[in-house]
Amino acid sequence: MTLELGLFVVLAAVAIAGAISLILARHPIRSALSLIVVMVALAGLYLLQGADFIAAVQVIVYAGAIMVLFVFVIMLLNAGEEERTSWSRMAHYAGIPLAIYLTVQFAWWVADGASALGLPTAPAESESTRRLAHLLFREFVLPFELTAILILVAILGTVVLGRRES
Amino acid sequence: MTLFEAHPLLLVALVKTGILLFLALTAVAYLSWFERKVVGHIQSRLGPYRVGPHGLLQPLADGLKFLFKEGVEPQGADRLVYYLAPFLALSLALSGLAVIPFGPAEVEIFGVRTTLAVAEVELGLLFLFAITALGVYGVALAGWASNSKYALMGGLRSSAQMISYEISLTLSVIGVVLLAGSFNLREIVAAQQGYWFGAVPRWFLIPQLVGFLCYFTSAIAETNRAPFDLPEAETELVAGFHTEYSSFQFAMFFMAEYTAMVITSCLATLLFLGGWESPLPTTGAWAWTVYLPTVVLSGGCVLLLVDALRHHRGWARGVLALLGVLLGGAAWAVAQPAIHPLVQGPFWFLTKVFLLLFVYVWVRGTLPRFRYDKLMAFGWKVLLPVATLNALVTALVVLLRESGSLAGGLR
Repeated sequence: MTLELGLFVVLAAVAIAGAISLILARHPIRSALSLIVVMVALAGLYLLQGADFIAAVQVIVYAGAIMVLFVFVIMLLNAGEEERTSWSRMAHYAGIPLAIYLTVQFAWWVADGASALGLPTAPAESESTRRLAHLLFREFVLPFELTAILILVAILGTVVLGRRES
Repeated sequence: MTLFEAHPLLLVALVKTGILLFLALTAVAYLSWFERKVVGHIQSRLGPYRVGPHGLLQPLADGLKFLFKEGVEPQGADRLVYYLAPFLALSLALSGLAVIPFGPAEVEIFGVRTTLAVAEVELGLLFLFAITALGVYGVALAGWASNSKYALMGGLRSSAQMISYEISLTLSVIGVVLLAGSFNLREIVAAQQGYWFGAVPRWFLIPQLVGFLCYFTSAIAETNRAPFDLPEAETELVAGFHTEYSSFQFAMFFMAEYTAMVITSCLATLLFLGGWESPLPTTGAWAWTVYLPTVVLSGGCVLLLVDALRHHRGWARGVLALLGVLLGGAAWAVAQPAIHPLVQGPFWFLTKVFLLLFVYVWVRGTLPRFRYDKLMAFGWKVLLPVATLNALVTALVVLLRESGSLAGGLR
């Protein structure tokens, strides 16, 4: 077993464990913490693929910025533990079949493409950041700028809504 | 052993990690001594003086005290998160040190070719920012898990402050990244080699003075230091997020804060002060500057020996004399032609880091604490726009210069 495969297995296991804990945890803070674990583990997986930049941004933006706000809001509202209730009828009749269907479908896709996926290779050359910048700012510059404007509109909307409240 | 035979780099990395951890923890301990001494003298006091000569053994005594104190767990605390928080804070701060290069590229020590950094990370700068971004959790979770209103308020305050200042911290170094064209810390230092007009070092401090000031201000806020130490404002919040921590957990937060100070100073040195490059030319009439480490160490040796003669306590004299002799030995070793090219880089790097750490302490001893709303307003309404403007102007200059050189066929 190579070092890369070993790391992949460990990181994947951590990510899955984090995801399960995210759903099962009863306290919102615990759930948020589990989500951070998942995101950091995913960043590790990106790193294994040689995508250093994506990995760093994953940690900075998702784990470092977005999740901090989640934790902040949970702390500010001082949200308590959730209570367990019996399953809703919706979950019973629609949720379980859908979950089973999705699991089978994903398993089928993975099994189908397993030969093409291969094992993670050693990290690629450091040019990946430059290549990403080239793609974003040359080839896909229009969608990139449009997304930026969309985000700006969303920010302005939040400010307007926040002002109206007070 | 087969693991190390298969991956010889692993053993080297482990050895380097061990050395760095030892050095870093010692440095952090003595940074607290240094801070108490300097702040003491600023306020016309002597600072620690009882434990050892000039209080030199104070950090050791403090460490032992923390180890043997009882750890009190507050009632109703979330145990897992409560114990996780100080661990998270310290381990994240220490792992940031791993990517900092302390000297130029390759050196040979005991026949092993290696570099003066634990890990050569391609995107070292981004890695450090990722670590800083995660550092907020230590503080926020500690405040929340303690089940105490003071700790919670302190945790909320400091996470809000850290999020706010992290943005200007990141934006203020964009200018450097643009000028160097890289996220790699080694390449950023390499881009600062050489001299303007033969004497002024080409450090990014000069074209990026605004960026440096923004960086250092945000760094002080990000590490929760005075005058931005609102999270632990004693008069309002007892001790802020670590109110409910005692014994070694408290020491871990303490060490994390000081390690963060060291890291931000190291980063400022790498990004703005030319890293391990000497501020003086090293050729021609300036060739003697390679013996500066020896001069400094010998000076320290003489000072300590003189002080040993003057000191009033017998055993303290012995300690001072021993330290003086050790420094003298180091000065002699550093002057050896086999060693002195090795120490040039680390010498200048550590000198600059030390100067920045002194500024940290100096600022703490001089400025009064900000009011909380003023602090937030300053971060969002002054620092952030200035840092953004700095990044934009730098981008424009770099673009004009590149397009100019492209048009002139210089590329």
